[in-house]
Amino acid sequence: MHEMSVALAVVDQVAEAAGRAGDVTAVRSVRLQVGELAGVVPDALAFCFELVCAGTVLEGAELVTEAVPGRARCTPCAHEWAVGMPPRLTCPVCDGTGTELLAGRELQIVDVHWVDGGSPPAPAREPIPEER
Amino acid sequence: MCRVVDLRRAVLAKNDASAHDLRAHLAGRGTAVVNLLSSPGSGKTALLERELLRARERSVPVAALSADLATENDAARLARSGVPVKQVLTDGLCHLEAGMLAGHLDGWLPDGTRLLFVENVGNLVCPASYDLGETLRVTLASVTEGEDKPLKYPTAFGLAHLVVVTKTDIAQAVEFDEDAFRANVEQVNPGVEVILTSARRGRGVGALLDRALAAADGAPVHEPVMARSHPHHGHTHAQPEAADAMAHTHP
Repeated sequence: MHEMSVALAVVDQVAEAAGRAGDVTAVRSVRLQVGELAGVVPDALAFCFELVCAGTVLEGAELVTEAVPGRARCTPCAHEWAVGMPPRLTCPVCDGTGTELLAGRELQIVDVHWVDGGSPPAPAREPIPEER
Repeated sequence: MCRVVDLRRAVLAKNDASAHDLRAHLAGRGTAVVNLLSSPGSGKTALLERELLRARERSVPVAALSADLATENDAARLARSGVPVKQVLTDGLCHLEAGMLAGHLDGWLPDGTRLLFVENVGNLVCPASYDLGETLRVTLASVTEGEDKPLKYPTAFGLAHLVVVTKTDIAQAVEFDEDAFRANVEQVNPGVEVILTSARRGRGVGALLDRALAAADGAPVHEPVMARSHPHHGHTHAQPEAADAMAHTHP
């Protein structure tokens, strides 16, 4: 079960990004894309994530995983299909082997929702005279 | 205030970067890594023993590193071949990572080693996700494990550059269906070569060494469909920086 290592890698990267940002006080959630062919079990990962977050700036953060279905395209005949599990990576139409995997191997941190001490950005419009 | 910050980072980016560095470092020393993956008991060590002996007979400088949760039994067996061998105990960890491997090679890997065989922890799930900086990734299965093994462990077989069947001397006794096995491999890894071996009878011994030497000499290695064109994982090293610049704020 390497979900513990994967969870550690997620927490390390988020903590590092938070450290660079400087004034992050808490992380509310982390959004992760997990491809059908990434070899990671989301439930096991969520369990490990909670343990690994303890004592870090991510303590109590929610892990939001988005499953990405595997999709492939046959280069010779241009047919596209859902690869399924176990995956079929030869073309179901022409039986060709010149397959391109379009999606399904993702294991990526998409974004992080955090709280920091920064001030809101300056208003984009020009202030009206009364505000000056 | 609350912000949503786009990170867009591969979770295993650090391992991928370490693997990339290790591959480049070893290439500079003239060494190529062969990463061997299989379930426990598939006969990795028995086949590797024979391949190491063969390498010695042919005066190819090789070394082997064996990773297990516990015991030095495998290293003791491999050392009988007379080549440099190192045992790594992972203390319960189910796979090797590139940074760990680099640490174990530091100060041990003899100069002039052409091929380093890494016998990964016996496990077909976790090691599949970790690039070790290998030039050739080999997934093995014995005839006793069932023809549907490639379908049950699609990432291990789907990411292999070479598939090796072991223990073919007992194939008949266990009614191993070679055609079914090959069809299942083809389904998850179209075009990958499958070689049949029996360490006990000597069948196919030397083929692994030949494929590894060819790959080390720069011959094109099979490119698995699963390893192709996945933008956010694997051998890419895009590390978007400046998270602040991409931050959008929520009022």
